[in-house]
Amino acid sequence: MSQDKFHDDDFERHKAGKDNPEDYGESSEPMAGRGAESEPIRNPGLPEHAPRPTDVDETLERRAELQVAMMFIGASALALLFCVAYFVFEPGVEGETFLGVGASNLALGLTLGLAMLLIGIGAIQWARKLMGDHEIVEHRHGAASSDEDREEALAAFRQGSEESGFGRRTLIRNSLLGSLGLLGLPAVVLLGDLGPLPGDALSHTVWRRGVRLVNDVDGQPLRPEAILTGQLVNGQPELFFEHVGPDGEVIEPEYEGSELLVEESKAAVIVVRMRPEDISPPKGREDWGIDGILCFSKICTHVGCPISLWEQQTHQLLCPCHQSTFNLAAGGRVDFGPASRSLPQLPLMVDDEGYLVAVSDFQEPVGPSFWERG
Amino acid sequence: MKFLSSRRRHPVAGLLVVLVGLIAVGVGYSAFRPAVADETSKTDTELIAEGRQVFVVGCSSCHGLNAEGVVTKSGTNNGPPLIGVGAAAVDFQVGTGRMPMQRPDTQAPEKQPAYNEEETAALAAYIASLGPGPAIPAEEYYDTSEATVEEIVRGGAYFRTNCTACHNYAGSGGALRDGRYAPSLLDVDSKYIYEAMLTGPQQMPIFSDAVLSPEEKREVIAYINVLKAEPAYGGSDLGSLGPVGEGLWGWLLGIGSLVLAAVWIANNGARAAKPKS
Repeated sequence: MSQDKFHDDDFERHKAGKDNPEDYGESSEPMAGRGAESEPIRNPGLPEHAPRPTDVDETLERRAELQVAMMFIGASALALLFCVAYFVFEPGVEGETFLGVGASNLALGLTLGLAMLLIGIGAIQWARKLMGDHEIVEHRHGAASSDEDREEALAAFRQGSEESGFGRRTLIRNSLLGSLGLLGLPAVVLLGDLGPLPGDALSHTVWRRGVRLVNDVDGQPLRPEAILTGQLVNGQPELFFEHVGPDGEVIEPEYEGSELLVEESKAAVIVVRMRPEDISPPKGREDWGIDGILCFSKICTHVGCPISLWEQQTHQLLCPCHQSTFNLAAGGRVDFGPASRSLPQLPLMVDDEGYLVAVSDFQEPVGPSFWERG
Repeated sequence: MKFLSSRRRHPVAGLLVVLVGLIAVGVGYSAFRPAVADETSKTDTELIAEGRQVFVVGCSSCHGLNAEGVVTKSGTNNGPPLIGVGAAAVDFQVGTGRMPMQRPDTQAPEKQPAYNEEETAALAAYIASLGPGPAIPAEEYYDTSEATVEEIVRGGAYFRTNCTACHNYAGSGGALRDGRYAPSLLDVDSKYIYEAMLTGPQQMPIFSDAVLSPEEKREVIAYINVLKAEPAYGGSDLGSLGPVGEGLWGWLLGIGSLVLAAVWIANNGARAAKPKS
């Protein structure tokens, strides 16, 4: 039975409202008792098939054919234009612009995108106007294989089991199972290559007593008088920059490469200055600032975004990722948002030469909470 | 004289006489008027006195008659004290139209300036006379026409460290708390960017010369000016607002057009009225 014949048969039968359930195997058994006559509402079947204008009118058919062909030809032209644009327009910063948009990107994107769009539209138009236009009904069938097929498969399995002696030769079977099980071990051992265990690295930064606070990017050390009321400085420890030691010798940066990036991401701080009378420090932290200059970790305690959106009049520090808001005038307390821990504060003092230095490391881990911290 | 006397009763004659008289008086006055001092020759004292007049009329209701600030009953500022804010702060706030404010609000937005350049200069001179503060920068401080690539790159590093948190990676601004926002930098004059860094207007922190030197400030401005001139290489930048703006367009236009295409594909299409012969 050809595919077309099958569908046509189905269609005719459906239209007549006389489906014969026995044609469709076991799955339609429960339906057998209910004939067309016992249905409370008669199955109206599918509406009568109406031909398309292009099926009836030859000029319309010709026109549709032409339309589709024009779209494909247009796509070819655009593909060629893409190649032309590729060589004509200079890409990048030096290239031409058109209406504020890079001409190369615009031309390449438009030609390639429109070419693919035209091929797509043409194919759909072809299918809708010109290709065969008959409705198809496919009835559901049971998902199970036939009984013979199932019997055959089971017999083959039993025969295999019998001939290999998998049940009988227990020594082979058990040693095979054991070796397969132990193959999991190399995979577990390889996990060690993911890196060393973090140890207490999450709890410490490179800040220690006497480390100078410097301006990020240029590495200039900061004096208290350089920071005005209402000022914000994005800071880093001096260890990351080449600097001059106490005896005039040049000290190279202590870290470099990926190690530097890791340490920078933990040690980044923001330094702000507000009027001392605006500050209400938590108990025991009254002397952590210098005349209203306070230093906090730049890493949000929620999921670790760098934060420096400090509103100098409300003293609130806003995290752009999830809107956690810390009140720097109240020891970095969380005023709003998903962060659950206050922003860690770095105690400051002034060294012999009058520069701002750390009193110690942060007294709690910086950044987001982690498993061991509870 | 016959020409004149025969036409003295012509309807236009009276009009012409008045016109000639007016022109003669005008030309005569401009030739003999007493010499008036130019703006440039105004003494500082005169400028300060003029600025005080402008201040008393336009600013004192919020900032106090002597710019000492007005504190409300709840302890907040109606208008902050202006002693020591310097001429740069006045030039920024008044020159960009932020001051005078239209009404007490969470933020003073940029708008059409209410005072002209002379009045702004007089106001700045008056406020500067009350206490030491940052002066209006000379043009050489923010002129970036000769910035080298190296300076622009360094300015970019400062910009990304200090500015992008609020003003966005492309300088197109962003939201703060309680309806406040950091404005876009892309249509701001170099002078005002410099003054804003120097004086910290509204919620913006100060970036003092001792930490971010004038040269470094100029490098930042040079970088912003490059951002301003930067065309959108990847097609439309959708306002450079990051994932929120791009997501909005993706969902509305991208998925919307896919839905329309799906409707078109699944649509039954036109049918002929008469059956196939």
